[in-house]
Amino acid sequence: MPAPLHIITLVKWVPDSQLERRFTQENRLDRSEGILGELDEYPLEAALQIKESLTDREVRVSAVTVGPEGASAALKKALQLGADDGFRLTDDALAGADVWATSAAAAALVRTVRDQADFESDDDAEWLVLTGMASEDGESGAVPAQIGERLGIPALTQAVEIGLQAEHLVVSRISGGAIQKLDVALPAVVSVTDQANDPRYPNFKAIMAAKKKPVSAFDLADVGLAPAETVPKVELVNVRQRAARPAGQVVTDDGAGGKKIVDYLAKERLV
Amino acid sequence: MSMATSGISQVLVLLDRVNESLTGAQAELLTIAERLGDVSVVSGASAEAAAGPLSIKGVREVYVGEGEILPPDVALVDLLETAVKESGASVILGTDTPDAVDALARLAVRLDAGLITSATGLDTDGTVTKSVLAGERTTVSRAAEGPLIATVKPNIVEALLEGGAAPEVTALPVKPAPGFEVLETAELPKSGRPPLAEARVVVAAGRGVDGDLTLVEELADELGAAIGASRAATDAGWVHHSAQVGQTGVTVSPQLYISVGISGAIQQKAGMQTADVIVAINKDEDAPVFEIADYGVVGDLNDVLPQMVEELRARKG
Ligand SMILES: Cc1cc2nc3c(=O)[nH]c(=O)nc-3n(C[C@H](O)[C@H](O)[C@H](O)COP(=O)(O)OP(=O)(O)OC[C@H]3O[C@@H](n4cnc5c(N)ncnc54)[C@H](O)[C@@H]3O)c2cc1C
Repeated sequence: MPAPLHIITLVKWVPDSQLERRFTQENRLDRSEGILGELDEYPLEAALQIKESLTDREVRVSAVTVGPEGASAALKKALQLGADDGFRLTDDALAGADVWATSAAAAALVRTVRDQADFESDDDAEWLVLTGMASEDGESGAVPAQIGERLGIPALTQAVEIGLQAEHLVVSRISGGAIQKLDVALPAVVSVTDQANDPRYPNFKAIMAAKKKPVSAFDLADVGLAPAETVPKVELVNVRQRAARPAGQVVTDDGAGGKKIVDYLAKERLV
Repeated sequence: MSMATSGISQVLVLLDRVNESLTGAQAELLTIAERLGDVSVVSGASAEAAAGPLSIKGVREVYVGEGEILPPDVALVDLLETAVKESGASVILGTDTPDAVDALARLAVRLDAGLITSATGLDTDGTVTKSVLAGERTTVSRAAEGPLIATVKPNIVEALLEGGAAPEVTALPVKPAPGFEVLETAELPKSGRPPLAEARVVVAAGRGVDGDLTLVEELADELGAAIGASRAATDAGWVHHSAQVGQTGVTVSPQLYISVGISGAIQQKAGMQTADVIVAINKDEDAPVFEIADYGVVGDLNDVLPQMVEELRARKG
């Protein structure tokens, strides 16, 4: 039997982009409601596909999240999609976390979840961290590389393809005008883009099964961090609503719509 | 950090790759850097490759490694860290590409410093402007402590670089150390059209084109435009993903963006709403794209596009 494999996928509870996103008085994004970030379904799908391809191996997919209590909803969705267990790190000290603070918390959570995992096999588990390409609210895409740095392992970001082949991870990513296909040994962090796969929908059976899956909650002390280790390094000065574009002219095509556009472009000196 | 009170800042610019000539985004980045202080550049490129394109007035010094160091090799971060010490930089900038974001993100951990990605403005007072929530809001922030580390979006300033003498090139004692094996490198398809991110005119296709790009290509040919697409169109495989405009694709800021059969979801708007002029063609009068269009036609693209092409040809005579 090959060693067990532990795939730890980071998921985030984010405000629904279909609804209006609000800011609190402290200039922070209102996080009282949310959904599992769409971009986090791709790493989860990648994890499940790897698990399903390794029938002779003990593979666990853990979904982990840093966020408020409500973030349990994102974990629940991840369990319904097929993750085996869920872990949430919640601490008031993390409100207003920047990239630096988020990666500090996430790396400590990953380490704790990895260290606490029990496998049937006595062999040390191999491990792999998967994330989305960016969070839908923070959008920096910088957290995966920082987690790699903090855990001292390679980070291959923006994967458009990912697979585990004969104990090696093979990842394709875009780098400087080319697609590079890389082979890396575990452990590693990989951020997975929305090009990598087509995430599944949970079926009824999976939704029922998710109810029995374990979810644990931690605070900073549980993952070995002091609040001083998660103080943001970026200071927000202000937040402004984007100035709306002034409304333009909309006409209905009466058989001359194409000509009217060209007339407009000519008037604007664009042709 | 306060640049205003500390005199002239030392600005270090990371160019994760240097080709025969600088990309538009790199030229813009150097233009911005020059406004902020004294500029030096660090690159994993070889000394020979870097010197030519970086013979620019205002670039004082170029730091390279011992041998070519290509992303995602973490040695690039070692090189960067060494160059920060060497140059005494208090501002460290890169382009908003994944490779530069990764290297600067790791550097920020090493320096216990903040990181601001996708900046759309940098001020000499150390404040950084960026657009968040798919363009819904604009934030202004600054480094709370330590140096300012930021990646900068393209299409925010006019690149104004003057050629100059060859820069001083210093090789720092950092060697490549890839923790991976490159199995294959395949160039992305070249379209023969202007590069999307820098194009003056973009014609973008959405699900409405229903798999047939012919009309969109004809219009792009007439206008000398780049072709963009919605995620629905790239997911369907009608257009290569590198043409995707939006939150998880390319951000464009052309003089003219023509949106064809695209509904205009917030994630699509995020990539194109800073275009000078937006023209939309959509058969649904309630499509959100009309909320931001300067000129919109409610109609079938299969009727409107051929007429546009015909009219453009007629005007050319
Ligand atoms: C996290 C996240 C990131 C995303 N990133 C991106 C991104 O980067 N870029 C992006 O584009 N999307 C992105 N999306 C997807 C986005 O939400 C929309 O689903 C997508 O933009 C829809 O593409 P579309 O407008 O082509 O398709 P649809 O929404 O299906 O719209 C098609 C439009 O075509 C019109 N139409 C149909 N036939 C015709 C015709 N014959 N003539 C004229 N008009 C016609 C219809 O009226 C309709 O408005 C993202 C989504 C999420 C959740």
